[in-house]
Amino acid sequence: MEINFRHDVDNVLEQAKKQGKPVLLDFSAAPM
Amino acid sequence: MWPDERVERFVNENFVPARVHVKEDPEAFKKYGEKYNAHWTPTVLELDPNGEEFYRLEGFLPVEDFLAQLMLGRAHMDFKQGKWDEAEKRFREIYEKLPNADAAPEALYWAGVSRYKAKNDSAALKETARAFKTRYKDSSWAKKASIWS
Repeated sequence: MEINFRHDVDNVLEQAKKQGKPVLLDFSAAPM
Repeated sequence: MWPDERVERFVNENFVPARVHVKEDPEAFKKYGEKYNAHWTPTVLELDPNGEEFYRLEGFLPVEDFLAQLMLGRAHMDFKQGKWDEAEKRFREIYEKLPNADAAPEALYWAGVSRYKAKNDSAALKETARAFKTRYKDSSWAKKASIWS
């Protein structure tokens, strides 16, 4: 199982609002 | 990053996950860093469905402490929304599954408060104060609960 992080934050916020689901927003500098 | 199945499962079940990377996308990091007052990494925010921040983690944590903090934030969201039974269940899950995490004493405290809110019965607070006499008795949360005994 992996976490499918998305990078289009505005779209994530919009989708979360529609789904009524919280958002986890990770500000990272870790190697990708 | 976050190579732990428990963390991955918890995030996937509870959130829509998004990442802003300081090196891969500095413009986005600047934009959302300013919007959410996040100027250091790692910073992890839990936002409600309207995009309002309700919990913040700054700095690295070992995996069990990290997971416990994520769970604590999610439980606080239910608490703030008045979902007392669900909040109690989430708080309780933290100290039952991760009893040695730094967040465990706080979770025990708020589980008691959630139960009190749900039942409107001060026995829940007294029971929590009693629990702190045997668990996490040197924590600041034990001090906060001591007034209930």
